[in-house]
Amino acid sequence: MSRVEATTRQATAGVGAATGALDRLGQNLQRLPLHLVIIIFCAIWIVPTIGMIINSFRAVSDMGSAGWWTTLFPPHGFTFASYQQVFNQEGVPSSIVTSILITIPATVIQLAIATMGAYAFAWMTFPGKNIFFIVIVGLMVVPIQMTLIPLLQLFKSVHLNGTIVSVWLAHSGFGLPFEVFLLRNYLGGLPREIFESAEVDGAGHAVRFLRIAVPMTIPAIASLTIFVFLGVWNDLLVALTFLGTSANRPFTVVITQLVTSLGGGWQFLTAAAVLQMSLPLAVFIFLQRYFVRGITSGSVKG
Amino acid sequence: MVINVDQIITAVVAIVAVPLVLLGYIYLGESVIERLGERIQLWIRPYFWALPAIGFATVFMVYPLLRTVVISFRNNADDTWVGLNNYVYFFTFPDTLTSLRNSLFWLVFYTFFAVSLGLIISILLDRVRYEQAAKIAIFLPVPISAVAASIIWKFMFDYQPPGTTQTGTLNALLGVASQQPVAWLVNSTTNNAALIFVGIWSITGFCLVIISASLKAISAEVLEAARMDGANEFRIIQLIVTPLLWPTITVVGTTMIINALKTFDIVYVLTAGAYDTDVIATQMFSQLEHNHNSRAAAVGVVLFVAIVPLLIVNIRRFQQQEEQR
Repeated sequence: MSRVEATTRQATAGVGAATGALDRLGQNLQRLPLHLVIIIFCAIWIVPTIGMIINSFRAVSDMGSAGWWTTLFPPHGFTFASYQQVFNQEGVPSSIVTSILITIPATVIQLAIATMGAYAFAWMTFPGKNIFFIVIVGLMVVPIQMTLIPLLQLFKSVHLNGTIVSVWLAHSGFGLPFEVFLLRNYLGGLPREIFESAEVDGAGHAVRFLRIAVPMTIPAIASLTIFVFLGVWNDLLVALTFLGTSANRPFTVVITQLVTSLGGGWQFLTAAAVLQMSLPLAVFIFLQRYFVRGITSGSVKG
Repeated sequence: MVINVDQIITAVVAIVAVPLVLLGYIYLGESVIERLGERIQLWIRPYFWALPAIGFATVFMVYPLLRTVVISFRNNADDTWVGLNNYVYFFTFPDTLTSLRNSLFWLVFYTFFAVSLGLIISILLDRVRYEQAAKIAIFLPVPISAVAASIIWKFMFDYQPPGTTQTGTLNALLGVASQQPVAWLVNSTTNNAALIFVGIWSITGFCLVIISASLKAISAEVLEAARMDGANEFRIIQLIVTPLLWPTITVVGTTMIINALKTFDIVYVLTAGAYDTDVIATQMFSQLEHNHNSRAAAVGVVLFVAIVPLLIVNIRRFQQQEEQR
């Protein structure tokens, strides 16, 4: 590529710098439709979000009388009124706390159990292992809707209905198959010699798992953690099913119920949406590498 | 602000105790197993290690799955068998049939556009220097929850009666082109398309990132050779790039089909299934809300049956991969 460019440059240098610039301009003009299409795509994918973020800093009355783009020119009239209104809304501040209290334990529980199970599937042989694993691969695509009703009944019978514990368990059961699958593939790809030499040195499975397997799997566990964490943070269906009518409603449920219950005047919820999505966006921006790796490894193999 | 202290304690205990309990399980169990005979050790150890995961998946996944199938053939009080009654209801009641139709729309259009936009954009971006920045822009909606995305699009689709100022971005644009505003989410010719578009908008970045990763894996030499032979870019994409990407496209496609069938959040937040926008998952939820458990179970089973072919495809693909390991 660079050699081609170099020869072109040499050839054009003889004719003169002016024609060279013209050539390049011509080439760029030819590529103009390409750039235009890309810019239009980017605009469609980014403008709606920006528009809403801008709206969240406007007065509700302004939002109803003029579009968000009018504030790009003075007078801007930015205000934090919507944010104040959101925080004064009953149940909102505690729902943010609830969301955190749901998300972190749910993530820890499923990843701890999945890592241990994945180790067994990667480095041990036992009768029925293949069948168990095929069931796990099958469970990966089963919609969570198939588990909701019996779990509701189950939680009711052990008096866990309406508690955040029920949501941890529902999320964990649903997430396990995918995590075991992914971690088993990763663990299985580690060099066999390391485990064999540890065994020769007299290290039992507990030591091999905790001192070798887990530390070497940290990159995969990190990607999965981000993935699971955001999945639970963003979840609506599970939370709505198990906590929708309880006092322990997480943020997504409270926002949704406000959107559907407020006929007009819902516009201040832009502030709630910005707050809700600021955590995922921060994770994406600061941990982009793990984020994208988690997505590509998960679905290309799955 | 009411802070539930009990809840915080429960959460902290769970975060600390679950890993500790597992550690205790491992150390105690191993110390017992190591004292057993070698034969028994070999036999019992794998089950000991796999037990927490298998047990958890059985209680919270396999058992509910089978139970849902059973419930779908029972009456609502769960005391007699009613045969196919709940299914007959699903396939004859107009509201549920609408949800079936809409899910079919989602399945076809959401899958087709998400995958093909992912493919087209990845090919376009491969040809420019600002690829990385553009990728971030397209990917941005992926981490955003469906709840927040719905509020974002509520503003895009906002509708005011003709003659008043349009504050919704789309209707303002229509105004610029001197067209009448459209009530996107109410009008039954546009609302399903509008909802599906929000879904596509949220997921295209996901398809793009995966397809783009395997596009980068195509060797530059193959493409260079084709160019030397005088093939134009369209022929190259048609005859070389697309076939080489096909395995990735099918994987992404299956994921999208499953997503499409499971769609719930966007529809629930934006229209709550009103104006004929119900899909299978929202239909199931409203049955559940009205305490029609067995009907809801039947709807769930229909959803599951629709996914079974993909489940089989997934298992086949897994078995092929295992043979190559």
